[in-house]
Amino acid sequence: MARSKAHITGRVWKFGDNVDTDAIIPGKYLVLNSSKDLAKHAFENVRPNFASQVIKGDIIVGGENFGCGSSREHAPLALKDNVGIVLARSFARIFFRNAIDIGLPVVECDTTEIEDGDIIHVDLEAGKIYNETQNKEIQMTPFPQFIKNIIDAGGLVQYIKNAQLEGREQRELEID
Amino acid sequence: MGQTIAEKILSRSAGRAVAAGEFVEAAIDVAMIHDITGPLAVKTLYEIADRVWDRTKVIMLFDHQVPADSIDAAVNHLELRKFAQREGILNYDVQEGVCHQVMVEKGHVLPGELVIGADSHTCTYGAVGAFATGVGSTDMGVALASGRLWFKVPETIAFDIGGKLARRVYAKDIILTIIGDVGVNGATYKACEFDGETVAHMDIANRMTLCNMAVEMGGKTGIVAPDKATAAFLEERSFDGDFTLGSDEDATKVLRRYNASEMVPMVAKPHQVDNVVPVTDVEGQHIDQVFIGSCTNGRYEDLKAAAELLKGESVARGVRMIVIPASRTEFQRALKTGLIDIFTASGALVEAPCCGPCMGGSFGILGPGEVGLSTSNRNFVGRQGSPLASVYLCSPATAAASAIDGVIADPRTH
Repeated sequence: MARSKAHITGRVWKFGDNVDTDAIIPGKYLVLNSSKDLAKHAFENVRPNFASQVIKGDIIVGGENFGCGSSREHAPLALKDNVGIVLARSFARIFFRNAIDIGLPVVECDTTEIEDGDIIHVDLEAGKIYNETQNKEIQMTPFPQFIKNIIDAGGLVQYIKNAQLEGREQRELEID
Repeated sequence: MGQTIAEKILSRSAGRAVAAGEFVEAAIDVAMIHDITGPLAVKTLYEIADRVWDRTKVIMLFDHQVPADSIDAAVNHLELRKFAQREGILNYDVQEGVCHQVMVEKGHVLPGELVIGADSHTCTYGAVGAFATGVGSTDMGVALASGRLWFKVPETIAFDIGGKLARRVYAKDIILTIIGDVGVNGATYKACEFDGETVAHMDIANRMTLCNMAVEMGGKTGIVAPDKATAAFLEERSFDGDFTLGSDEDATKVLRRYNASEMVPMVAKPHQVDNVVPVTDVEGQHIDQVFIGSCTNGRYEDLKAAAELLKGESVARGVRMIVIPASRTEFQRALKTGLIDIFTASGALVEAPCCGPCMGGSFGILGPGEVGLSTSNRNFVGRQGSPLASVYLCSPATAAASAIDGVIADPRTH
């Protein structure tokens, strides 16, 4: 499935409410620091077949409070290589920031009716989500402009590098 | 319109008056990294800068995998030691204990400061009146490079706690009661301000327990307005600060009132922190391991509460008990006052200060089907080892009573 900055199409892996960071990547793997190594153990405890069966561009769908718990950036990092986007009704605060920072798109929307295996298309540019399997459009909460800028750059590090290249102050960029 | 403490601190750090809901870029007073989240933060730092922004404002220590429990952990420690040396930052290495305890007891956090840590329980520092919050490694790397970070100014929930706690009921029981009430999502992105008569009479150790678990209901920070107890705690350690800070009367807050005198020992059942019941609902539950320690409940006051019950008693046959003081200082206090003697005499294992079993990646790991009772802060699936194990959370007194009985027990009956 294709993944570009603005258009993401993929197959859904559906999870429930309060998916915690230990579920995404267990504590024993925090010695690993690369997305490739971490991806091998994503959701290992709660969905043991995920790491071997995920296809690049697949979509994670959660309920309320996705990513609660630890501040470990290893959690979004374990998903970044294979997952196109994470959709949830709401996100835990630190996970949300971490995901945006590393360039993993995360979007709040009503995920109640999305089912495991559905094919979903997300157009970040237009702010639209379309469930192709169910033939239904889903409303999404748009990002504030400066968060959109970080996503467009591919993450906070690249965003700052771009700013440095253009000789701009990070400070001017971060607050609109 | 008046301001909350959170708004006041972020206003000072942003250099302009700000209110809840605004996005601000703020100057960081202190930044903390540890062995687990440090390596990625350092990587980010060097992608965008050559040096840390201010070497006097960065504190590093190792606590999650201490002493190094694998070659991978040893490599992380090695790399971070090189980083600390190169940058000239303070590195407590493996010597001092759990990051949050060390940051507060060494005076790295003062009232009114804006502090970030690459650990979700950084919110603990609100116990001394700071705005402290956990961030991920990229945010930390950016802050290490620039000394600044963006924040959304949080709304405040004021938890007004009145009444006197009954015997063998503690701050841990208060915070478990609150989380059980509002849910794991009940304070997402909010500043959790704890006040009222009960908090006013609470020592800093118990306030740290309250603030520590703000993140377990989604909170951005936990905070207690600095007062006489804060001043006494810091002055005893020769640190100074602004002890007049507080929310204005007319500041916008959501108020939630609790009566501490009605509270009882509480237990969070597997596998979610808001799955909270009175201890009497789970009395008799089989346990295999008891852990007393962590940034939530590894302080001298916690060890003392547990030792009161364990004195002259033995840990039940078939139960393993692990006691880990949260810092070297707390370990020494416990040693000098005879608490460690009580623990070892009872059959408990006493380990050197570190996170221990809390993170489930180092030692004291639970096997499939085993049940752990823990004074730490999380009971997620697989948190302390096998995904087939279960973790219950409670106060140190409940943990000690249960270790003696070999099943979950009510500390009030001991």
